[in-house]
Amino acid sequence: MRSLAELEARLEDIITERGEPTSAEELLECGEAVLEHWITVRGEDPTNDEHEGFRILALHRQGARGDASFNACRETCRELVYHFNLMSELRADTDDAQSSLQMMALIANHLVLFVGGKMQEAGLGEFCCSAKPLHEEINDLSEVTDA
Amino acid sequence: MTDKKAKYQKVAYYPGCALEGSATAYDRSTRAVGKALGLDLVDVKDWNCCGAMEVKNIDAKIQTYLSSRVMSIAANEMDMDVVMAPCNGCYHNLKKAEYDLKNDENSREVVGKLSEKAGHATYASGQVETIHALDWIRDTIGEKGLGERVKNSLKGLKIANYYGCMYTRPRHIFPEKDQGPGSESTSKPHFMDDLLAAAGAVNVEFPLKTACCGGAHTLSDSDMSTKLVLNIIRAAEAAGADVIATECPTCHSGLEMHQIRAQKRFGVETKVKIIYFTQLLGLALGLKPKKVGIHENISDSLGLLKEKGLA
Repeated sequence: MRSLAELEARLEDIITERGEPTSAEELLECGEAVLEHWITVRGEDPTNDEHEGFRILALHRQGARGDASFNACRETCRELVYHFNLMSELRADTDDAQSSLQMMALIANHLVLFVGGKMQEAGLGEFCCSAKPLHEEINDLSEVTDA
Repeated sequence: MTDKKAKYQKVAYYPGCALEGSATAYDRSTRAVGKALGLDLVDVKDWNCCGAMEVKNIDAKIQTYLSSRVMSIAANEMDMDVVMAPCNGCYHNLKKAEYDLKNDENSREVVGKLSEKAGHATYASGQVETIHALDWIRDTIGEKGLGERVKNSLKGLKIANYYGCMYTRPRHIFPEKDQGPGSESTSKPHFMDDLLAAAGAVNVEFPLKTACCGGAHTLSDSDMSTKLVLNIIRAAEAAGADVIATECPTCHSGLEMHQIRAQKRFGVETKVKIIYFTQLLGLALGLKPKKVGIHENISDSLGLLKEKGLA
């Protein structure tokens, strides 16, 4: 499985039109991979089930179980599915298809950044999200005094 | 005249801290649009912070109390039954307090004790209805009424409507949403789209309209916030937008500031302009840019507005 950093780098290449061409399948898989990371760090096995015909939607439901703030990326997952469906109606060599793929990459990138952010700070997506210092236990006072 | 149309003609106005500080343009344009539309705003007397993010992170019940005090003043000292909050944070927190006070005995107990200690009447769930500026304009004037009042159409302006994450989430604190035709949707909000379309704008398909902007994460991991904002801006530009319309001061400030930071930190320049929806409506109603605080935005949109014949 590609790391979040690798996924972010690949998506950045697609967004800036560098590197290998992409496909709707690859971008949907990027989205699934992001959610797999989230679920794995929670100590669970990512599901292979589908919801409404898509694994990414089942993975999102699994990832949001017990953590309502994860619903902040629910619509992002659904937008990926929408664009995937849209791509199945478009000829790959058309401008519309390229625009849709570009948008899919941006949507997947939001998922990488949001979920990556939540893995650093669980409160992201829960208004207003971090105020990180309040949650952190300061074990080493030099961290504060040296700052 | 519908119930809401009559009820929202005169509302208690709760600007909140942001609209007195970083978002004076939102405050200025909200008041100006209200005046132009013949709607009455009566400022909540001696209002306080809604509890925002800081208080909530320390003690959620204190946040519930702080929000309840604003509603108590409106109901018990001003005899108002509607509080209008243009800030998504304030709007969200007042709605959350309303929900908690209706459903949680412990919250009622804490709020009762603190209100007594502070020397004001305890707010009781249901005394006021909290609405957003979008509800206020849509339910009083409506798309048709707005269209009839447009003096300077937004025609030709392509807009990505960005609602942010707090306007619709969590669903359970917004029981009036998702109630079928005419109500707001929590998955695909559209009230801002509807109003700006009525003013002549072209709304682009924008898939990240409720995506997280990084918000207060900006203090703990600025690069992450910048990347989240940059991605939202890139998506808006990829969708063909000239402007991202906002209805939340936190999102608005974040988009403006991280747009600049993205250029300095990552060397990525983007051109889309960030403008409050109330500013756009004000321009469409024939108000001058200064009247709606265009000069107070960090995002310099005057050139674009002149090009489009709006300034």
